[in-house]
Amino acid sequence: MTSPADAHDADAQRAFDDLIANERRIEPRDWMPEAYRKTLIRQISQHAHSEIIGMQPEGNWITRAPSLKRKAILIAKVQDEAGHGLYLYSAAQTLGITRDEMTDQLIDGRARYSSIFNYPTPTWADMGAIGWLVDGAAICNQVPLCRASYGPYARAMVRICKEESFHQRQGFEILLALMQGSPEQRVMAQDAVDRWYWPSLAMFGPPDDQSPNSAQSMAWKIKRFSNDELRRRFVGMLVPQAEALGVTLPDPDLRYDADQGVTAMGEIDWDDFFAVLRGDGPCNAERIQRRRTAHEEGAWVREAAAAYAAKQAAPRTEAA
Amino acid sequence: MTEPTTNPWPLWEVFVRANRGLSHVHVGSLLAPDAEMAVRNARDLYTRRGEGVSIWVVRADDVTTSDPDAKDAFFETAAGKNYRHAVYYTASEGVPHL
Repeated sequence: MTSPADAHDADAQRAFDDLIANERRIEPRDWMPEAYRKTLIRQISQHAHSEIIGMQPEGNWITRAPSLKRKAILIAKVQDEAGHGLYLYSAAQTLGITRDEMTDQLIDGRARYSSIFNYPTPTWADMGAIGWLVDGAAICNQVPLCRASYGPYARAMVRICKEESFHQRQGFEILLALMQGSPEQRVMAQDAVDRWYWPSLAMFGPPDDQSPNSAQSMAWKIKRFSNDELRRRFVGMLVPQAEALGVTLPDPDLRYDADQGVTAMGEIDWDDFFAVLRGDGPCNAERIQRRRTAHEEGAWVREAAAAYAAKQAAPRTEAA
Repeated sequence: MTEPTTNPWPLWEVFVRANRGLSHVHVGSLLAPDAEMAVRNARDLYTRRGEGVSIWVVRADDVTTSDPDAKDAFFETAAGKNYRHAVYYTASEGVPHL
């Protein structure tokens, strides 16, 4: 004997499954399985946190960028990242979590963000390598997310992808300028590529056979391609770009296998990846501490804005 | 008049008109303490690359939506009212300018 509530759930589940099967989007007020909602909240907020934390390694170079133009470009890029974080937080909010909860989860260390932002940026060439490699990997990952089954997430990703290609190209241009510069500048560019190459490949996540949530996310059409497939695709794109730059990709096993039609590559150091993910990277504590301090030191801005809004509203309320 | 709220700030839905003559289209949401700040934040967040010429903001709480569970009945096409569509009228086929 099924209760009316169970029957309703079964109907709702069927309607949900049909939407997914027919490539339609799930919208905020639609019924959705609790696990789908939770998975999306985790993925979207983690994505938002990555954008927000991602401002730090680059903010580090705004005051020291080599020209006024480079400074202005870097400021615009960091501003875009803040914007991406905000689009994504808003998308997550449609699933029933508040901005405050997400911020708390980030600053008390419960929420994750991409492990890539826990590496330091010691030289100007790092701005080039991050733009080219890290933003390049992000685009590769994000373009398929524009077709994610959850409407608000997919729409936020469309907007983000439009802005990301500026980031990747400015990074490429920085590296190209350095590679066409002095021998010291070429060494600096190659060193940055050597340091960012492997972490940017790790950004796609663990190998498919060790990725616990992938199968379910693909069944729900949140993810469209597996981690390994996206990674292979990315490396394939990097090879001609590295040639254009004149840099070497630091993988002696990298070669195109014409028989198989795939790019063969060396093994990623997953122990390092998981250590950084666990919090043992070079900058994990610093990044979270900085975010917490910024939140606390920014309290007066939030209070002032609220006080101003209250003051603006007061006379009009009295007159009414 | 919208009362400002201190904590948490309310969610606002943002609509942007891309050009004169087009409709305002929903582009996303943001948090702001009041409507004026919401418009300013929307300008900063959603129109950095010449996306529009006009912005509307509406408090998310003030948006009333149709019931998603009732959508089949609510939006059912009026079967039998196909005379509402121009293609229903075939007698005029081939007659110029009609």
